[in-house]
Amino acid sequence: MKKKILWRLILIGVTVILAIIFFLPNTPVFQYTPEWWQKNMPNKGIVLGLDLQGGLHLVFEVEGDKAVELSTERYASRLRDLFTKKKLTADVAVSGLTITVSPSNMETRKVVEDNYPTLILSEAGGKLVCKMSDKEAKRIKDNAADQALETIRNRIDQFGVAEPTIHRQGDNEIVVQLPGVKEPKRAIDLIGKTAQLEFKLVDDEAKVAAEIPQAVLQGEEDNILKQFAGKIPEGDEILFEKKVNRETGAVRKIPILLKKQAALTGDLLSDAKINIDSRFSEPYVSISFNAAGASLFEEVTGANVKKRLAIILDNTVYSAPVIQEKIAGGNAQITGSFTMDEAKDLSIVLKAGALPAPLKMLQNVTVGPSLGRDSIEAGKMAGIIGTVAVIIFMIFYYRFSGVIADFALLLNILLLLGAMASLNATLTLPGIAGIILAIGMAVDSNVLMFERMRDELRSGKTPRSAVDSGYDKAFWTIFDSHVTTLITAAVLFQFGTGPIKGFAVTLSLGVAINLFTALIGTKSVFDIINSKRELKKLSI
Amino acid sequence: MIELIKNPNINFLGKRKFAFAFSGILSIIGIIAIVQIATGHANLGIDFAGGTAIQFKFEKPIALHNVRLALESGGLKDFDLQDLPSENKILIRVKKTDQELGKVSDAITTILSQKLPDNKYVVDSTTFIGPKVGGRLRADAAKAVAVAVIGILIYVAFRFQFKFGVGATIATFHDVLAVLGIFYLIGKEINLILITALLTVAGYSLTDTVVVFDRIRENLKARQREAVETVMNSSVNEVLSRTIITSTTVLLTSIALFFFGGEVIHDFSLAMVMGVIVGTYSSIFVASPIVLIWGGKRPFANK
Repeated sequence: MKKKILWRLILIGVTVILAIIFFLPNTPVFQYTPEWWQKNMPNKGIVLGLDLQGGLHLVFEVEGDKAVELSTERYASRLRDLFTKKKLTADVAVSGLTITVSPSNMETRKVVEDNYPTLILSEAGGKLVCKMSDKEAKRIKDNAADQALETIRNRIDQFGVAEPTIHRQGDNEIVVQLPGVKEPKRAIDLIGKTAQLEFKLVDDEAKVAAEIPQAVLQGEEDNILKQFAGKIPEGDEILFEKKVNRETGAVRKIPILLKKQAALTGDLLSDAKINIDSRFSEPYVSISFNAAGASLFEEVTGANVKKRLAIILDNTVYSAPVIQEKIAGGNAQITGSFTMDEAKDLSIVLKAGALPAPLKMLQNVTVGPSLGRDSIEAGKMAGIIGTVAVIIFMIFYYRFSGVIADFALLLNILLLLGAMASLNATLTLPGIAGIILAIGMAVDSNVLMFERMRDELRSGKTPRSAVDSGYDKAFWTIFDSHVTTLITAAVLFQFGTGPIKGFAVTLSLGVAINLFTALIGTKSVFDIINSKRELKKLSI
Repeated sequence: MIELIKNPNINFLGKRKFAFAFSGILSIIGIIAIVQIATGHANLGIDFAGGTAIQFKFEKPIALHNVRLALESGGLKDFDLQDLPSENKILIRVKKTDQELGKVSDAITTILSQKLPDNKYVVDSTTFIGPKVGGRLRADAAKAVAVAVIGILIYVAFRFQFKFGVGATIATFHDVLAVLGIFYLIGKEINLILITALLTVAGYSLTDTVVVFDRIRENLKARQREAVETVMNSSVNEVLSRTIITSTTVLLTSIALFFFGGEVIHDFSLAMVMGVIVGTYSSIFVASPIVLIWGGKRPFANK
């Protein structure tokens, strides 16, 4: 009997020491520990959830269909080049995911088959209809999601966030968690920007160009587009440049007629840097092309001297300077009355590369740091008050046995915190609620035992046998009631998202640990007291 | 020793007609609430309905009315306001908008800066849930409740008998319906946090019921000659003080959460407080009578 108690005491002692070691990093004591301790012993502890430390939780959908559309367009434009190179007269038209080549003959068919074997070909009215296969479309979508993830990761890395979490969810969703970000809006803009950089020639020679107004007010863009639809030459489009008046802050939009086909795109960039203009001390972004980009840039500028070349990011014109001479070396500048932050973010997105498809925001939960702090304080307060109330109540009702139950309760809280720290579990606000509830429920096992012991005492048993048989009889009840709670906690964990998972973790750990403290802890204390001398009376 | 009631001998099962009537009303309100939620007439939180919520903390006290006027004159439509005057906080919710998040929250911050220039603010939190996510969260919540109920039914049926499983499940369902119904009646928001609270209530109430059933099983085995109703009644009486003591400690912590736990889990704790009360009631008045009126052969009879 005595040996059994000793083993149980050792078990309790070891778990308590482990719990303290694991939980130490969450206490102020940790910073006074020696260096070797901080390096080699558990040093992470419980991680605070975004709702407690503040930060962003974002879910984006990668619009894979757009990526497929873009690919289709790229295929078509490549086919046009190939036909020209082979001196074939063929017309290539794109609509959605279908490329139509006319005429359909042996030669055109061969070019398509040789270069794009995955396209599904059919013939209609003398035209060759090329469709993207479902398998290929799926591959492109999948690729787009992978690439988007990589791009976002690069952007965040360069933006500088401590411990970001970025991962894919399902087929086409990306979850981004950024703890402690102080400028949420800036971070969202940085991630969400497609950053498709294009250089397009301005079509000032078209007749209609003269009719297009110099500038319109913000919000009137659609009217202009409607007004000129059908009037602009085939292969042209109208995009807008945004001009902000430095003094008044008024925004004007300048419509510009452009060649739809981009002369050069951002995927040929090798670097992007932020610089300061010496005249206006205004920041701008200087970009450098890679070798292929540099020679293409030289070619384009050489062939279009005195024409304007527009620099376009995500379908907004940033500037449209006149090409003065052929530009060799592959350097260019993007200006556009940026603030320092805007210029910095622009250089980040250009360097990290464009997203393969636009992102659509599905979910955004942003918590400011002050709210998180308030929540922790409130949680601590509620926890302390709740615990003290339960402790007092138990002593009041069960006297000395209440003290034993309270000992089990405190053991319970300590082990729960230690277990969470050992798993580096994330503590969320509902998680704190889970702990506090677990505290309320923790005494239940003891109450069940005590009530049984009282029954046994009433039936005239000695204190020692009352303790033993009360414990035995309560055992299965305690077991059943804990298992049923564990079922709900497990379900919550399985189906819950974010904060609810945190709640499920604390609740299920709490329940499991509760079984341990009640069945091992409380029993040991009674056994120790009983083993010293036979009790005449049980204070219960 | 301190005892709540000395040797209680209350005829709980005899009062089952009143209990069923009372519980029937609670359950019907709960069912109405579910129908209203399913048809979109209830006060769904934005995590289920989709939309944007922004909480502002102002430097100086601010009247809800002024914020409303400012937002209306700024052209914002279909929004809800809620305030926490003690901390100068205002929560603005815009449900089901077609606009992108950035636009709605930008619009709101711009309007507030322009119309209330002499009261500075910080944004406490921003939440945007797209319609797709809202739908998924709704489906997940429904799935979680269903799986939990089935899991409980199976466990209790396995550990006791099928009719006990049914009794426990109905009693648990009753508690969830009651709390949901009351929340619906007082116009509280139905959101993910509430579902969490409801599942916790379910877990708690089930524990309560299992403890009662455990004693009934034990006594039915030991007292084969007595009528089932008598055995059940005395079993409920025997565990009565445990039921009340445990409910008290859980209530103590839930109340501490309610008053000191902060704004974010206020409703959660309210649901817990209600759930503990209803759960205690149902484990006494609802669960056992269902097993009793289910009838059939005597549970746990010898041979």
